[in-house]
Amino acid sequence: MSKILDELLYSDSHEWVKVDGNIAIIGVSDFAQAEMGDITYVDVPAEGDEVSKGEEFGALESVKASSELYSPVSGVITEVNADLDATPELINEDPYGAWIIKVEMSDKGELDSLLNAAAYAEIAK
Amino acid sequence: MNFGVDTGFYPLGSCTMKYNPKINEEIASHPAFAGLHPLQPESTVKGAKEVEEGLGKALCAITGMKAFTFLPCAGAHGELTGLMLIREYHLAHGDTARTKVIVPDSAHGTNPASANVCGLEIVEVKSGANGLVDVESLKPLLGPDIAAIMLTNPNTLGLFEREIGEIAKLVHGCGGLLYYDGANMNPLIGKVRPGDMGFDVLHLNLHKSFSTPHGGGGPGSGPVGVAERLLPCLQNVHTSGFHGNFGVMLRAYAYILMLGRENVKMVGPLATLAANYIKESLKDDYKLPIPSVCKHEFVFDGLINDGARDGVAGATTLDVAKRLLDYGFHAPTIYFPLLFHQALMIEPTETESLETLDAFIDVMHRIAEEAAKDPEMLHSAPHNAPIGRPDETTAARQPVLKYE
Repeated sequence: MSKILDELLYSDSHEWVKVDGNIAIIGVSDFAQAEMGDITYVDVPAEGDEVSKGEEFGALESVKASSELYSPVSGVITEVNADLDATPELINEDPYGAWIIKVEMSDKGELDSLLNAAAYAEIAK
Repeated sequence: MNFGVDTGFYPLGSCTMKYNPKINEEIASHPAFAGLHPLQPESTVKGAKEVEEGLGKALCAITGMKAFTFLPCAGAHGELTGLMLIREYHLAHGDTARTKVIVPDSAHGTNPASANVCGLEIVEVKSGANGLVDVESLKPLLGPDIAAIMLTNPNTLGLFEREIGEIAKLVHGCGGLLYYDGANMNPLIGKVRPGDMGFDVLHLNLHKSFSTPHGGGGPGSGPVGVAERLLPCLQNVHTSGFHGNFGVMLRAYAYILMLGRENVKMVGPLATLAANYIKESLKDDYKLPIPSVCKHEFVFDGLINDGARDGVAGATTLDVAKRLLDYGFHAPTIYFPLLFHQALMIEPTETESLETLDAFIDVMHRIAEEAAKDPEMLHSAPHNAPIGRPDETTAARQPVLKYE
């Protein structure tokens, strides 16, 4: 059984969102990292790039597969986790600590369409 | 330590690892062919031209196309050539708005990659629960901006796209063309022709379907065939210099002539029979996500009983593949296609004997029993191979590269 944190929101494509004021901190769930296996590379966008909800913003590569990352919200990327470049394994070790991007949201209303922990638990099995 | 299709069973899904007859090698290494130079005057290479023409005719008969170009040196090279032909066709008709290519979500990764290299935009069409292209999802994607749809039939799951007639009608109806990826041509050889299904352009992998060595064993050849209306475009698309991989073409021609018209018809049915025989024999031990008659290959989604219990992780598809090495078999394709989490993709081909198929089935049963009893033993497999499990993760994260 994979770990799901109650205080986060989730997308059905297995990203998690932590809301901090107007900023959405985005990573991938424990379920996603377990399915992917050892992550070997994280392809991330640049700071300042715009993302829109449901749109691809990057990709994870593992020894098993490559998988796209989809943004759960729309807005502008304010920060990218630079540590993942040299140490992609952080996502395997601590999926909820190893955030990937931070986004300044243009429409906080989009958060309403994300899943809570209980609803996500239905998908992540 | 070396293992090849000569030395044992090689059920690598999506790769058609059929036996490569030795006589083909002898013919290709004959000095009269091996000594040819691509810049020789045409009057001195009439025999070679005859081989090219004969092979072209045979492939037209097998696929229902009107002509072939042999310039492409591999499958993806063929895809690019085919897409350039499609672009050329539309432009020749003054149709400049066709910039999109539809690709199913189950397609081989080279399809969207080739479309991208060709400067076309990729639109994905979803598969239905039966693993086939969902016609209803396709309809809204069609319009005046569609250049083509790229399909493999049977698809990556080894399933025949039964709606192909309807798909062809719809795509042609919107002015688009149909591209056939010949990766999975093997089960159709002698039975069904892509040209009759409505495809306008295709590539074949001579190194798969027509028994020339591949997978580190030799260069490829990805000839492209076109329907009548694309014939004028052929002279405007050049994707390599010289004449393609002639040695490979020669081997493929020898293979076709040796089988002859009657025996070529047995290739598809026997490949299909072998795949279904393995699938039906193992479906009580391995999860079969889409239970239906397959063509040349099929996909399991891991073990039914992986042996997981408190504190002990179950055996995965990777473990099964590694354990197969202990028993002297090459592992099938694993974790592809991505539609299933524990994909195990098996393609036996028609050149394997019943004895080989039975031996493989027996070992797969045995591995399923081992997994149920002692999954930890499988986690550490292979036990009898010269090396255990290379550290793929470190190799990917911190590769040691040498340029010497």
